[in-house]
Amino acid sequence: MREGQADPGLYDYTPYRGRKPFAWPDGKKVAVWVSPNLEFYELDPPANPHRKSWAKPHPDVVGYSHRDHANRVSHWRMADVMTKHGFPGSVSLSVALCQHHPRVVEDANQRGWEFFSHGIYNTRYSYGMDEAHERAIIEDSIRTVRDATGQTIKGWLAPALTHTPRTLDLIAEYGLTYTCDLYHDDQPMPVNTASGRLISMPYSLEVNDHYGFFVYNMSPREYADTLIRQYERLAAEPSGTVMCIPLHSYLIGQPHRIGPFEEVLRHIAADDRAWITRSGDIADHWIKTVGDAA
Amino acid sequence: MSLDPTYLEYPRRREGYDHDLYTWSPMRERPPVAWPGGKALAVWPVVSLEWFPIIPTDKPFRAPGHMQTAYPDYRHYTSREYGSRVGVYRLLDAFAKAGVKASFATNAAIAERYPSLVADVVAAGHEIIAHSTDMNGTIASGLPEDEERALIAKSFDALEKATGTRPRGWHSIARSQSFATPRLLAEAGVEYCCDWVNDELPYVMTTEAGELVNIPLNHELSDRQIITVQQHSADSYVEQMLDAADWLTAEAAREGGGRMLPLQLTPYIMALPYRIGSLETLLETLAARPDVWFATGSEIMDSWKA
Repeated sequence: MREGQADPGLYDYTPYRGRKPFAWPDGKKVAVWVSPNLEFYELDPPANPHRKSWAKPHPDVVGYSHRDHANRVSHWRMADVMTKHGFPGSVSLSVALCQHHPRVVEDANQRGWEFFSHGIYNTRYSYGMDEAHERAIIEDSIRTVRDATGQTIKGWLAPALTHTPRTLDLIAEYGLTYTCDLYHDDQPMPVNTASGRLISMPYSLEVNDHYGFFVYNMSPREYADTLIRQYERLAAEPSGTVMCIPLHSYLIGQPHRIGPFEEVLRHIAADDRAWITRSGDIADHWIKTVGDAA
Repeated sequence: MSLDPTYLEYPRRREGYDHDLYTWSPMRERPPVAWPGGKALAVWPVVSLEWFPIIPTDKPFRAPGHMQTAYPDYRHYTSREYGSRVGVYRLLDAFAKAGVKASFATNAAIAERYPSLVADVVAAGHEIIAHSTDMNGTIASGLPEDEERALIAKSFDALEKATGTRPRGWHSIARSQSFATPRLLAEAGVEYCCDWVNDELPYVMTTEAGELVNIPLNHELSDRQIITVQQHSADSYVEQMLDAADWLTAEAAREGGGRMLPLQLTPYIMALPYRIGSLETLLETLAARPDVWFATGSEIMDSWKA
């Protein structure tokens, strides 16, 4: 990015109107990817001067144990529903989960899910990191995921959405092809980087389960209805859109929420306009068919 | 500001947790829990009986529901008192009508100030568990250990004095603990706490003073979270609890082993005239299901241990 300038220069302005219609494989209208955040939060993380980790003095019992629900109960509940309806996951991974709870990572890998990095821990923020620090967490991410799963990560979602001005240049330099940190479009778009080739992968804050339940205070059924409306609209537009459903199993896998959520997956799976896929497959396809032609 | 060089060191990056309070196990891989009568779903109502001094303290933090205006905050003082005078009796009647037993997480101050209320709760067959001294009795790191130890002892002593029985369980205000709390509870002979929300069945915590069971009391399913924080209606709350009950019952059948649904109720929230009817419907609906077992925390723990 152009550090210190009012326009960070992340991408070019490309209006939605007038874009060439574009279809996903088999003529599908909307690429749907589900993104479970598989995370590990530390009980007593070191302080980062730019952002507080827990709201309360450590131990923040509710904050920590709510998130730990994922790794004891709700991961499997959520994953079973996804598998049942044919949705693979594209995992936003706190890579230290590979050390703490390798069986959770193994479960996701065995289901054919893709992994991308969401930092080492969701309690270690990039703010204040120098270039050597950032290279270290990128290299750690690539190595840790490869050792644990055999996969080479293609994407990045900054830990707790904390960035530095050099993050995008660095991940592109390391050969990653997509970032989930930019929210300017419903289609993949080229990102300006110093080297390499990076695209923005539409993720979503707005229909993220965290926003649904804790920013918009939706009931489980209201959130399910929101996802269906989001899907219906994106599937009806001509441009070849992307719909991401970002999840945290400790939220969506709660017993009062998972039932209504299953109806969303049932709805999308029964509709023939969806390419139900993974983020890396979307990136590969887009780069091959659109990016190379541009 | 640059970071301390140790920010990229991870001394507790290892298999298992980054602490030693409990060990990891996925719920579905544990030996199945069998509730009495082979019931699929244990439903555990927990009622908070709380007294908020009109002069709040903020050390270590101000309790949720506490005073908000400049002194004297009649508005919140009396609204909370409504729960202990009127609301709780609506709850007791609703429980009696549906034939269900609950755990009452009770401040010591309630036992000291309103002994007839505590006697009514006990006479109805409900369980009393400790819930600190009063709503100024919050716990978090920074509270000196001897003060925390004294707070725990005072809470249990007052309830024992009022009821003749020492409670077996503990619930911290706002579920907030210090690093010492599990050890201090075990040291005080407490059998269970219900502060950690990371599971849906009881599990064992280990401390230097011995073991302590945690029975997860899901904050996401509480009336405070759904009605006060998220501002859903009482009918939506009921719909959410029934969706949860349906899911858990089906999961119990599919995966084998009982499941648990905690219902955390606050008299000044759920027992208002316009809300209580929804709760009555919920209790009667669940009580009519042949696969539901209403139980107190101690009954759940004893059954789980057996």
